[in-house]
Amino acid sequence: MALEKKIKELKEKREKMLLGGGEEAIVKQKAMGKNTARERIMSILDAGTFHEYDMFVEHDARDFGMDKKNLPSDGVVIGTGSVHGNPVAVFAQDFTVAGGSLGLMHSRKITKIMDHALKMRIPLIGINDSGGARIQEGVNSLAGYGEIFFRNTISSGVIPQISVILGPCAGGAVYSPALTDFVFVVDNISKMFITGPEVIKTVLGEEISMEDLGGARVHCETTGNAHFFSSSEEECFGQIKRLISFIPRNNQVRADVTEIRPPDAGYDIDKIVPGDPTLPYDVREVIRAVADGSDFFEIQEMYARNMVIGFGRMGGRTVGFVANQPLEMAGVLDVDSSDKAARFIRYCDAFNIPLITFVDLPGYLPGVDQEHAGVIRHGAKVLYAYSEATVPKLTVIIRKAYGGGYIAMSSRHLRADFVFAWPTAEIAVMGPEGAANIIFRKEITSAANPDEVRRQKVEEYREKFANPYVAASRGYVDAVIEPSETRRLLLHGLEVSEKKEVQMPWKKHGIPPF
Amino acid sequence: MEKREKGKLIIDHTEYTTSLSQRFLARKPYAPPVPGKIQSFIPGTVVEVLVSPGDNVREGDDLVILEAMKMKNRLKSHMEGRVVSVNVTPGDRVAKGVVLVEIS
Repeated sequence: MALEKKIKELKEKREKMLLGGGEEAIVKQKAMGKNTARERIMSILDAGTFHEYDMFVEHDARDFGMDKKNLPSDGVVIGTGSVHGNPVAVFAQDFTVAGGSLGLMHSRKITKIMDHALKMRIPLIGINDSGGARIQEGVNSLAGYGEIFFRNTISSGVIPQISVILGPCAGGAVYSPALTDFVFVVDNISKMFITGPEVIKTVLGEEISMEDLGGARVHCETTGNAHFFSSSEEECFGQIKRLISFIPRNNQVRADVTEIRPPDAGYDIDKIVPGDPTLPYDVREVIRAVADGSDFFEIQEMYARNMVIGFGRMGGRTVGFVANQPLEMAGVLDVDSSDKAARFIRYCDAFNIPLITFVDLPGYLPGVDQEHAGVIRHGAKVLYAYSEATVPKLTVIIRKAYGGGYIAMSSRHLRADFVFAWPTAEIAVMGPEGAANIIFRKEITSAANPDEVRRQKVEEYREKFANPYVAASRGYVDAVIEPSETRRLLLHGLEVSEKKEVQMPWKKHGIPPF
Repeated sequence: MEKREKGKLIIDHTEYTTSLSQRFLARKPYAPPVPGKIQSFIPGTVVEVLVSPGDNVREGDDLVILEAMKMKNRLKSHMEGRVVSVNVTPGDRVAKGVVLVEIS
């Protein structure tokens, strides 16, 4: 029967396409610890939900012998499916086909699925594994990148965009991930750079390995370009699925609500923080002590560790936690930690995720390198992000909240909805030692026993100002609370601000200190 | 977080016990610029050296041609003086911030 024959023909055509670059190329891909494009997609999506489109797309390049080259699916797989039952759009570059190089039709497939994602208001997951531009296709290849970057930008803040780097992503190609919300990398597999080691060597004479230049670890620890580090593709896929469980599918809805779970009994919030403000502790313990199920999904764990950011749930709803980390650099604000916090705050604000901020910082990091690296404009990003955020903003001042750091960390003055302070809070212009040395300089230097007078004056200042009650007396702090009351008050604050509405003056867009 | 060494950080006369970041530990102490030391502003290859020790130079005179990123950059003297030393010869590849010529 003719129909049967036609169906058989379709099946054969599909089989051929599903082999991508062929058995040999797949063996090579596997030897690098890498899965094929379709395997990757299916590992992320719910079983049986992937639907592929544009499988039979072909390039029509003519130059440099391209007319004789047949590139299955033009080196990229696109489609839709679901993660935890939520629809997503996905593309995955197929390195087994011409090194995943990006030509005109390859890019048209990507932009097609990007347009779908934006139109349907569903998240986009992009898996990058490509040698770069398909040079034989010349300027058409560049046009392709440009079309992708444009869509990344227009979709930003409307739908979540996730980039997964599972191979090389070099040259201009890196700007698509850079424009998206979250970048996932895998040790020894991901490589991202603008100019590779070869070019650097010929032009500048500097020698560096690909891994040291743009490997997964570098982007997680040093550059801050990546958000999630893993040791294998499987671990990476698990992280992606976990992230998607926390975020809403677009900017007009809220993330899925889960069952409310109390924090683990193992976290005793009264015992985590030392009373002495110069001693360290892990602020993530405080977060776990208040979060549902003590579940905290940290973002950029290895970058600018003096600032902790990540998702958790309170009362079954997703919240974004931002916290100074006294364990690292005493929790100071500096160039990198400001960038890290500001971007996350803007993400949460764009996607209706309430912000909970824990404050314990001595201020900004002093130093020529910081000043010359532009800590003024970078630090300003935190002020900008908190001020413009209209999602519920709840602040808990744990200990130190000194000077500009106090203002920046979601203070009342930047329109925090609730500001709570523990009795250990010290809300002041600076720490007692610094303040006493300035205010009482004359008395100290002119005294017969300067050290003794200094000690007295420091104590005097500490007694009078290093507490939460001065700020509370002005209403800058809404309530001074016991640590053990924190979760209850935060849950209540979130409930009260559930339908929060703020009118902002009309503007096309602000001009944040990028 | 892996076990990290504890250090001390002093801010406003207060000493905090905390871990110090790699970036902080690797920071370079600030050195004010020294007038008369002509440095490479970009890594590259020295194509031509136009002065020798003992030469008198005026502000704006070309000293060295440094090729970087396919551009032949002319490094000029920003002061009047005498060339004390020339530290490079044509063909040398130099990093950024290397003193190429010294003028007194």
